[in-house]
Amino acid sequence: MRSLKIKRDWVHGWLLLLPAMVFLFAFTHIPAIMTFINSFYSTPRGRRSAKFIGLDNYERMMSDPVFWKVLWNNLWFAIGTIPVSIALAIVMALWVNERLAGRGFVRMAYFTPTVLPLIAVANIWLFFYTPGFGLFDQITGSLFGWSASNYLGDPATALNAIIIVTVWKEAGFFMIFYLAALQAIPVSLKEAAQIEGAGRWTIFWRITFPLLMPTTLFVCINAVINSFRLVDHIFILTDGGPDNASALLLFYIFEVAFRFWETAYGATLTVALLALLSLLAIGQFFLFDRKVHYK
Amino acid sequence: MLKSTLLKAVAATALSFSTWASAHAVDLQFYFPVAVGGKAADTIQELTADYVAANPEVNIDAVYAGSYQDTVAKAITASRGGNPPQLSVILSVDMYTLIDEDLIIPFDDYLTSDEDKAWVEGFYPAFMENSQTGGKTYGIPFQRSTPVLYWNKEAFKEAGLDPDVAPANWDEMVEFGKMLTKKDADGKVSQWGVRIPSSGFPYWLFQGLTTQNDVILANSEGNKTNFDDPKVVEALQFLVDLSQKHEVMAPGIIEWGATPKAFFEGQTAMMWTSTGNLTNVRNNAPFEFGVAMLPANKRRGAPTGGGNFYLFKGASEEQTQAAVDFVQWITAPEQAAKWSIATGYVAPRPATWDTETMKAYTADFAPALVARDQLEFAVAELSTYQNQRVTGVFNDALAAAITGQKTPEEALKEAQAQADAVLEEYR
Repeated sequence: MRSLKIKRDWVHGWLLLLPAMVFLFAFTHIPAIMTFINSFYSTPRGRRSAKFIGLDNYERMMSDPVFWKVLWNNLWFAIGTIPVSIALAIVMALWVNERLAGRGFVRMAYFTPTVLPLIAVANIWLFFYTPGFGLFDQITGSLFGWSASNYLGDPATALNAIIIVTVWKEAGFFMIFYLAALQAIPVSLKEAAQIEGAGRWTIFWRITFPLLMPTTLFVCINAVINSFRLVDHIFILTDGGPDNASALLLFYIFEVAFRFWETAYGATLTVALLALLSLLAIGQFFLFDRKVHYK
Repeated sequence: MLKSTLLKAVAATALSFSTWASAHAVDLQFYFPVAVGGKAADTIQELTADYVAANPEVNIDAVYAGSYQDTVAKAITASRGGNPPQLSVILSVDMYTLIDEDLIIPFDDYLTSDEDKAWVEGFYPAFMENSQTGGKTYGIPFQRSTPVLYWNKEAFKEAGLDPDVAPANWDEMVEFGKMLTKKDADGKVSQWGVRIPSSGFPYWLFQGLTTQNDVILANSEGNKTNFDDPKVVEALQFLVDLSQKHEVMAPGIIEWGATPKAFFEGQTAMMWTSTGNLTNVRNNAPFEFGVAMLPANKRRGAPTGGGNFYLFKGASEEQTQAAVDFVQWITAPEQAAKWSIATGYVAPRPATWDTETMKAYTADFAPALVARDQLEFAVAELSTYQNQRVTGVFNDALAAAITGQKTPEEALKEAQAQADAVLEEYR
């Protein structure tokens, strides 16, 4: 009798899981496994079908200078975007958490970049960066008399120009999480510290920041994923150029798979991206988790 | 009473006839890209509707498929999914890719009568170079263009140049450019002499320079490139020198999309861009402008560009026949004239230019003739097997040289080696 009930619960449980599982398998697990399998085959062309070539694609990847270049670019992109956007997000969240005139408006203003589609945003920034008559050049030209710049057309600045757009886009999004977390911190803690005579900095560093750690972990993981995922604006701003100076890994995967139609090599690069992302996520959970203070 | 009964009977017959016709209609799906202003899409839809109105036994579903890139991606994906369009306009340079993917069929099997064969002969030969290979015709030219030089007549006057004369050769372009470049005491430039955009697909305009330097970038089998030829190196050195040595062009990568705007704003006195921009410049330039053929060096020269019609595999005999018929209709003089005037694309058949519509248009707006006259000197746009990848390698090399990371020779040598590695299996 009892075992029958357990069995029924078991069936029940699986039935409840089924819809989510079907979608997860159809759109995540099966494609990932297929990608992994495809990376060991050659690209099928109309007149030649795919054949097993072992690790050839991986060897090619290892000796592909563009792959290493986009990997480095991605590293710089991550270093450039993650700390800055998180720091900005905390500052903005602290600022709009205070009582200030027009608080709703300021919050909305900070959040606006998140709501706008990245492609539309990129087109606006393209105008900002345009040499000669773009917004930045008009400002620097009339204020300091600087000559026309070419931020997107110079390999030394193209990636940085992309990083700035990304930080602008992301900081507002992360701010929302910090704002929610800040409002969940009991005021009594802060009041107690004030009675003890703690300054504003001490309160932030010793109370607020540690209590924000779970949010920081969450935001960090998102920021890392985003630094590999956000490439839409590159298509508009630089198209990866000049000479791949602003291409990121995912952008390169798209280019290989859907412009060059080398789907097998695209699959190989995707496996590299997946491996990298899983390593990063695992690392973050295990290393970071110890320092996180959960209530 | 009798009249109304009769009318009803006629109406009923007509109705049943039309349902019968539509039940037997041939359905065609047709993908088209738009690379220039919004009017292009409307014009294609209009022309398609006209054709369907005149040929009720055919239904054409004209699908706007995005940019050229999007359209080829969509067509390839749809074909792999077993649902290919019957007809699509795709870049002429994607011909080898589509053959390699085994997705298209040549027009020849459907153009068997003498009349049809004469029709194929009736296109400008410069456009057919990118449309035929191995003795077969895979593409029919439709939205084709070629780059030309636009110049600001007022700026020329201001610099003491004859406003009606464009530079005829490279030396004159540099010389004029020096006179046209306005620099203040700090070295800040408010107007550049010339602008040859280099973002995205620099190879296209660069091919103007290589052709003028009398060298061809790829063979007609599409399996061998010529990137490290000394004449190509020389052409690239000239492009680099324009900004580095002669200082008549802005340094770094120059954005393609912002080029007409920079021209309107007086940032540059001359620009190289597609004839597809002609209508745009005509409507927006706040000054008098001229249009000329690209300057010559060893010879005159320019690439062609733009899209062709392709027939896709997997269609029924009837569908393909209908598609061919539609292509013949839309490239016929009257339709092509309408299309050319709406966009600035070069009408692909000489006959179009003899129509009354076209004559009236060119009498009013002579620059439209420049592109046509340049066709005599034009060559096939760079196109090979695995075209996107090979031109991608070439674009990277050009960008590296333009931004000074590599010397032209070094960059082109590397590009040639990479292109060889890709194309080896097609030889």
